[in-house]
Amino acid sequence: MNPPTVAPAVPAVEGRTWPTADCSRVPYWVYVDPALYGAELERIFEGASWSYVALEAEIPAAGDYKLSKIGERPVIVARGDDGRVHVMTNRCAHRGTQVCREPFGNAANFTCPYHQWCYKLDGSLIAVPFRKGVNGQGGMPAEFDRSENGLEQLAVTTRNGVVFASYGHAMPSFEDYLGPSMLRWFDRVFDGRELRVLGYQRQRVPANWKLMFENIKDPYHASLLHVFLVSFGLFRADQPSQVQMDETGRHSVLTSQRGAQQANAATAEMSSFRSDLVLADPRLLDPVREFPGAETVVMQTLWPNLIVQQQSNTLAMRQLVPGGPESFDLVWTFFGYADDDEEMQRRRLRQANLMGPSGYVSIDDSEVMLLAQQGLRASPDASAVVEMGGVDTDDTEHMVTEAAVRAFYGYYREVMGL
Amino acid sequence: MTAVDAGTALDRVAIEELYAEYGDLLDDDRLEDWLDLFEPAATYRVVARENWTRGLPLSTMACESRAMLADRVAAIRGTSMYVPRTQRHVIGRLRARPAGPEPAAGASVTASWMVAQTLTGEPTVLFAAGRYHDRVVASADGRLRFAEKVAVYDSDLVLTSLVYPL
Repeated sequence: MNPPTVAPAVPAVEGRTWPTADCSRVPYWVYVDPALYGAELERIFEGASWSYVALEAEIPAAGDYKLSKIGERPVIVARGDDGRVHVMTNRCAHRGTQVCREPFGNAANFTCPYHQWCYKLDGSLIAVPFRKGVNGQGGMPAEFDRSENGLEQLAVTTRNGVVFASYGHAMPSFEDYLGPSMLRWFDRVFDGRELRVLGYQRQRVPANWKLMFENIKDPYHASLLHVFLVSFGLFRADQPSQVQMDETGRHSVLTSQRGAQQANAATAEMSSFRSDLVLADPRLLDPVREFPGAETVVMQTLWPNLIVQQQSNTLAMRQLVPGGPESFDLVWTFFGYADDDEEMQRRRLRQANLMGPSGYVSIDDSEVMLLAQQGLRASPDASAVVEMGGVDTDDTEHMVTEAAVRAFYGYYREVMGL
Repeated sequence: MTAVDAGTALDRVAIEELYAEYGDLLDDDRLEDWLDLFEPAATYRVVARENWTRGLPLSTMACESRAMLADRVAAIRGTSMYVPRTQRHVIGRLRARPAGPEPAAGASVTASWMVAQTLTGEPTVLFAAGRYHDRVVASADGRLRFAEKVAVYDSDLVLTSLVYPL
């Protein structure tokens, strides 16, 4: 698979050379270098990518808004009076102050607290106090043009209730951006039904943001690290599974089918498999089939900031917000469908115990990313070995592979000129 | 504690003792003993303040019975992978009032708390602060126990992970 060239190969940083032609090695400086991190914000998050910012269900009515982030930039996601969703940088055109402070709300317009510049829900500037001065004195120059001094507006696209935005110009459609194979998996969860937000979980992990993406692109670890997943057959190497990528390698999906808690030749190699593990209250794991197809878990990573989680009946958006080379926030928005009955909602809420900062499964990941960052940070010139399943980046019908991690770095190197 | 009468669940000293015991057992990593502070049908939840305030049903940790809590404890002991740590609870500003007209309803109790966390080899940090919204009842054996416990944490942002109950 040859990813198309997406950017001129201008190196993002000087003096750094990838140690291998392929992506079977990942140098540790990609997780610690502050200059490279700055270039990532510019080229990836503020570049030609569709970043996840919100679910439409979070802002159902005209004037509803929420605060979100793209890279480190704070953005406002607001529904205008015409029902359209607008996304703009939360930074007053005047002096850079955040104009909106509440994480969620409803407003007729946004007024900056500093000098009360006032913006419409689409970010256009309505009013500047004392624009014509006071008693004939002061005021803005006559040529000051309100239409050129709105909040910075982003390109916006929505698909089946999910809102993405971009600082890039001339973006491809969201459908072309995902490609047909990724769009099929996206539409499996977002099939047009109205969504219902169940709540949020947020965590700050002292690790580079790319480690989070790699974690969800690496099915190899899941069969080993996660005793809970493995023992209860929620995700395990001996079950029918697949790893798929789009043609650029930037997006990917891992899928699997639930298996039994039964020992076999494969589980014999998993020290984390416990045939004797039982729940005192088994209501936690009472999944029902709700999506077409045999897959019971589908984890999709969408470049550059979203993981769509479907594990049994627990659904969540995991939004990645980088905060320096060695920290990221993960914002989990758990949701179901507006037509879920009470029993289904209870099931989703119970299974949420698997995920998030306190998840039976996800604790392992957060903690192992912390350990990874601490292990590698003092050795920027050493490299990770990413050779499970070979050195290629092809789709597979098994999970004993790191192909999606290699494909991710294939695309990353194109964008970063590395 | 002695036999229960109508006012026992509102006995200030007994309630304070329950909360002191709660903090001690968690901080001393005696999680199996800590389970005994809950009624068999007790619910235990850890909830981000934003969900609590906006009436969203999601918890960060949600147990619908003492058995589910026991599963949490079993995971902490045997299945979760995490960096070793200790916790220190400081619980104060207890307020108790009758939970209903019948004494059996027990007491509604709120309390503010702070939890410091120490990862091995690292300085102690303030990990979380918040408020308990609980219901305490007098069990048949005369001891006070939690029938409901909700720990609402103020900063929605958890530092890496929440391994132990708050």
